[in-house]
Amino acid sequence: MKRFWAMVQNEVVKIVKKKRFYIVLLILAVMVPVFSYAQMKQSLERRESYGSDWRLEVQQAIIDNQNSLSSDRVPQEWKVYRQIYIQQMQYYLDNDVNPNEPGGVTFTREFIDNASTLFIPLMIMTIASDLVSSERTGGTIKMLLTRPIRRWKVLLSKLTALLMFVSLIVASAYLICYAIAGLFFGYTGWSIPIFTGFVLNGSDVDLSHVQATPQWQYLLMQAGLVWFVGVVVALLAFMVSVLVRSTAASIVVMMAALISGSILANMASAWTSAKYLFMVNLGLTQYLAGSPAPIEGMTLGFSLAVLAVWGTVSVIISFIVFTKRDVLT
Amino acid sequence: MQQSNGDFVLRVRDLNKRIGRKPIIRTISFDVQEGEIFGFLGPNGAGKTTTIRMLVGLIKPTSGSVEICGYDVQKQPEEALKYVGSIVENPEMYPFLTGWENLMHFARMHDGIGEDRIREVTELVHLGGRIHEKVRTYSLGMRQRLGIAQALLARPKLLILDEPTNGLDPKGIKEMRSFIRELAAGGLAVFVSSHLLSEIQLLCDRVAIIGGGRELAVGSVEELMGAGQGLIIWDTEPRDRAERLLREYADIVVLDPAGAAGLDDTAAALLNARSIVTETPEERVAEVLERMVREGIAIRGIHRVAPTLERFFLQMTEGEGIE
Repeated sequence: MKRFWAMVQNEVVKIVKKKRFYIVLLILAVMVPVFSYAQMKQSLERRESYGSDWRLEVQQAIIDNQNSLSSDRVPQEWKVYRQIYIQQMQYYLDNDVNPNEPGGVTFTREFIDNASTLFIPLMIMTIASDLVSSERTGGTIKMLLTRPIRRWKVLLSKLTALLMFVSLIVASAYLICYAIAGLFFGYTGWSIPIFTGFVLNGSDVDLSHVQATPQWQYLLMQAGLVWFVGVVVALLAFMVSVLVRSTAASIVVMMAALISGSILANMASAWTSAKYLFMVNLGLTQYLAGSPAPIEGMTLGFSLAVLAVWGTVSVIISFIVFTKRDVLT
Repeated sequence: MQQSNGDFVLRVRDLNKRIGRKPIIRTISFDVQEGEIFGFLGPNGAGKTTTIRMLVGLIKPTSGSVEICGYDVQKQPEEALKYVGSIVENPEMYPFLTGWENLMHFARMHDGIGEDRIREVTELVHLGGRIHEKVRTYSLGMRQRLGIAQALLARPKLLILDEPTNGLDPKGIKEMRSFIRELAAGGLAVFVSSHLLSEIQLLCDRVAIIGGGRELAVGSVEELMGAGQGLIIWDTEPRDRAERLLREYADIVVLDPAGAAGLDDTAAALLNARSIVTETPEERVAEVLERMVREGIAIRGIHRVAPTLERFFLQMTEGEGIE
């Protein structure tokens, strides 16, 4: 057991010394200010058009969306989205809560919402994709597997280190985001109420289960879901890294899967069996916010189950292949 | 659990490997004893590296077994691999870590190997000065030495080196040889693969010779590569008279010097316009010399050289054909 943790330490040392994790932090440190600045510009513009009263702004948004409902040029699916949006905004208005209250915490929540399907998985991939393949490309796998240690233990130590870094990446995304956004919008907003529990019935929104959650609590739930998505993406990237010899190929395979997921989510509402693909199930935080699912029949429980199955299968495949395969090159 | 049987550190029995339907290794068996330097000789592509990979558990044999200190590598890898240090092909280490960090990394995968031992092995391979620099900056020779340090780290009973002199300069090769001898003198069994006949002759006690995935011979180096197998280069004047004289003997074969007669590079460098290359039985040499002197042929030099591996193989396989 002591030796196992020493091996996990080995893997952590390698990840850190390869400077992959610094790249992740650097990307965050560059991207967050860019988005923060854009967000600030947007809210300044709003203030110019609507003054300091957020109610006017929300009302205007409702009216705009209502107008577009009568237009023939708007596709039917979009109309459903907009009807839902209108009802949710109306609910905020009725309860006198500003859905766009600016602040470091709100920005963090929105940024992570948007980052959870592509941006955070991408950063996890930078670490997961070369965990095994780089040992093969570099030939060091021979040194690693000629030790008096069973192969599954070697792989498990890598997997453990990976899961630690997934947690670290999710945590640092939150921290960096909050730290930088706070400079722009202030470090407040922990207790703003956020409404969750909108139940969607076609274009109708059932408001009977809606509860107000303080934003900090919402953030915690969100972090849990983002972490879960991160773990599943990490497990998949890990499997690809076991299967594919080159790191570049393994990154490309995962990128293609993720990007195809975000494309499919936009257009696959007619192809319902696409909901069993892991790529379209990565937007777990949408369920929390009450946005409609991309494909009929998807719920939070469904998506969690689909992701769990994909994750489990890829772990099984990783271990079988890694322990059985001949090391030829 | 099996107990280690006597002196055999490595025991290979009827090793076979097929990849797809193609047989890569066919029925290889040999033993390596404590304190001996065992050569594994074969041309490139003969299956040396594949066999070595099976010895250390990187490749699963299709059939047959590899036992190290009495433990089966496939069935009890955790026991068997404790006693082996190896460099398979090139000594590949993590370039982004320092030499020291690399050794720490591998030390953590064994029980009871601490910093003291790491210091000891770095001293042993003379890497002391640069051990804290990134491996990226190391020369090939230094990487080779770091590789050996890594292999010796866990105090193995068997050291497996795959073409250890590859890419080293003549000085480095000499150092490597005496280093390997020192290790063997200390009781370590050393398994060395090579495609150079001279390398094996200079270094090893016993040898297994393989070609095309088959084992051609196993035995002591003297026995298999002793005198009588070599070629003789005659440097005489006048050349044509000497050649006529040599051709009179039925058991002397005069080889075509234009094709360098299957000499390796160092021997080929000895050739000049007067050279005659022959295959001559040892016992004939004195007699021929005497006649040359009697007939007034001036002898400028006479060399015995090792044949190349290719030529050696030719002889061996011919021999097999006759039997």
